[in-house]
Amino acid sequence: MSMNRRGLRMAGTVLAAVIIFGPLSSLVIWSFAEKWYWPHLFPQQVGLFYWSKVLQGDMLRALQSGFLIAVVVTVLTLVITVPLAYLLARTPIPFKPVILMIFLLPQAFPQLPVFVNSTTLLYRINQGGKFWGVVLIHMVGALVFAVWTMTAVFKSVPESLEEAAINLGASRLKSFFSVALPLATPGIIASTLLVFLYSLDEFTGTLLVGSPFILTLPVFMYRTSVGYELQVASISALLLMVPGIVLLILLERYMKSEYLSMFGRI
Amino acid sequence: MVEVRVENVRKTYGRVEVLRGVSLNFRSGALTAILGPSGCGKTTLLRSIAGFIAVDSGRILFDAEEVSGLPPQRRGTAMVFQNYALWPHMTVFENVAYGLRLQKVPADEIRRRVLKVLELVEIGSLADVESRKPSALSGGQQQRVALARALVVEPKVLLMDEPLSNLDAKVRQRLRVELRRLQKQVGITAIYVTHDQEEALALADTVVLMDQGMIVQAGTPQDIYLKPATAFAAEFLGVSNQLEGDVSDGKLVVAGQSIPYTGAARGRVTVIFRASDIQMEEPSAPPRGGTVVLTGVLEESLFLGAHYRHYVRLGDGMVMADSPDLRRPGPVRLVLPADKVQVYGEHKT
Repeated sequence: MSMNRRGLRMAGTVLAAVIIFGPLSSLVIWSFAEKWYWPHLFPQQVGLFYWSKVLQGDMLRALQSGFLIAVVVTVLTLVITVPLAYLLARTPIPFKPVILMIFLLPQAFPQLPVFVNSTTLLYRINQGGKFWGVVLIHMVGALVFAVWTMTAVFKSVPESLEEAAINLGASRLKSFFSVALPLATPGIIASTLLVFLYSLDEFTGTLLVGSPFILTLPVFMYRTSVGYELQVASISALLLMVPGIVLLILLERYMKSEYLSMFGRI
Repeated sequence: MVEVRVENVRKTYGRVEVLRGVSLNFRSGALTAILGPSGCGKTTLLRSIAGFIAVDSGRILFDAEEVSGLPPQRRGTAMVFQNYALWPHMTVFENVAYGLRLQKVPADEIRRRVLKVLELVEIGSLADVESRKPSALSGGQQQRVALARALVVEPKVLLMDEPLSNLDAKVRQRLRVELRRLQKQVGITAIYVTHDQEEALALADTVVLMDQGMIVQAGTPQDIYLKPATAFAAEFLGVSNQLEGDVSDGKLVVAGQSIPYTGAARGRVTVIFRASDIQMEEPSAPPRGGTVVLTGVLEESLFLGAHYRHYVRLGDGMVMADSPDLRRPGPVRLVLPADKVQVYGEHKT
């Protein structure tokens, strides 16, 4: 029985590994292939040629500008969302469902028309193909994530905890900074990481608004693969995965250690 | 010590009138319990005094100072919450010190006062209060810390919103005694909201019974318990039997049996008496004077530990009677002192 179960478990693990890593392995192989023609199963010639080519060229620029955009988007989103989410969670402001719905609206329609329209709009205000235009288009998506998750995070901090502070003489601001914010921090960090990753990986909007002047990694990858430079595309795909994996591991670590338990205890 | 006065306070949420003209005096230095079923407005009243709720009309005064318009920060009340509301990211010490730090009290004085108040509420070992988080404490200890946090700022009024409801029965009993001792020792004006009648009676100097946004009765625990003003009060305070009756020609008819009645009520009435006031006799025993006698059939008896609870059929109704001895089912006579039978006119509740 237990042997059987263990066997089943192992088979499951192997299957999962194949499903997850199978497609990725072809990326790895492609990134080292210098010569690979049909009908050969494996490349005839492997080497670091494309890696070195990539690491000297445009890709680093794409990586750099993508990161910069992601950082700016994340910071701006935080600055806007934290106070807004707090207000949405705590005060009976009028039209609350409408406000929340407005943030959701861009996601309710197919992305492409939304982005195409935004692009024409951004060109009209002279932000097409510019850094801030891309930042703005990223924030359309980022704000949805952030407002909804952070509102939930602030809601999960019991109001009585803040009332206790106010009751002892704390101002609304003091109670926010000494009680609500510290308790919401893990949730804020989690949603910050998600926003950062979203911006780093965003493709459609970046391509439409940013091209040809603003280059991020996904757009770069798209261009190179369209140009049949599959090696370069594979390398950029692999590199693009790195921050995602690192941040998600961080996220899990961080959430696990202390805060997840606290979330449950409310 | 501050006297709290509430004058004709009203509060409406949407169409629901939660407080319908409440006027009350909370004696200074006394513990007043506001008792009532959930939704009666007791918590709203407490939160109005704390300043978390702005009342629609009426005044709230601390001694001569009107506080109705003041924000909660400037009222000088301290509140103990049902869910403790301790801050999980701060240590026990930091939790208690919070109020003093807001007042910019010097660090060494904060230390002295925090440790003193923690000793007062008997938190146990003081050694690790600076490293332990509240979550490391039991529920009872957490509520002690919450009480310390409220007392350390020396508030004008201590407000407690069902502070013992989340604790298990044994801890609740013990903390009840200690709360009373503490309140007397500190001599603070305290207002205590609860739905537990036993708790209210045990703790309070004055019990205020509320129902549907109004005060039903206010008095000492003994008054409230022995002389409930309405059928609702009688029913809410303790195990009672409630029967429908009819008064005409100086006679009260209950369950088809006629008993003498000299009170003021006429027509349909509610008759209420406690299970513990009933004595049971064999139907053949000689009758006694000054008593109310009803005859019924004992159907079932349950052993409750301290006594038996007998279920006696009386016409269409069922009456509970407590006695220390087990009795055989069958016809039985219920004997009650006449002054223990409460009769209330039509306007019930």
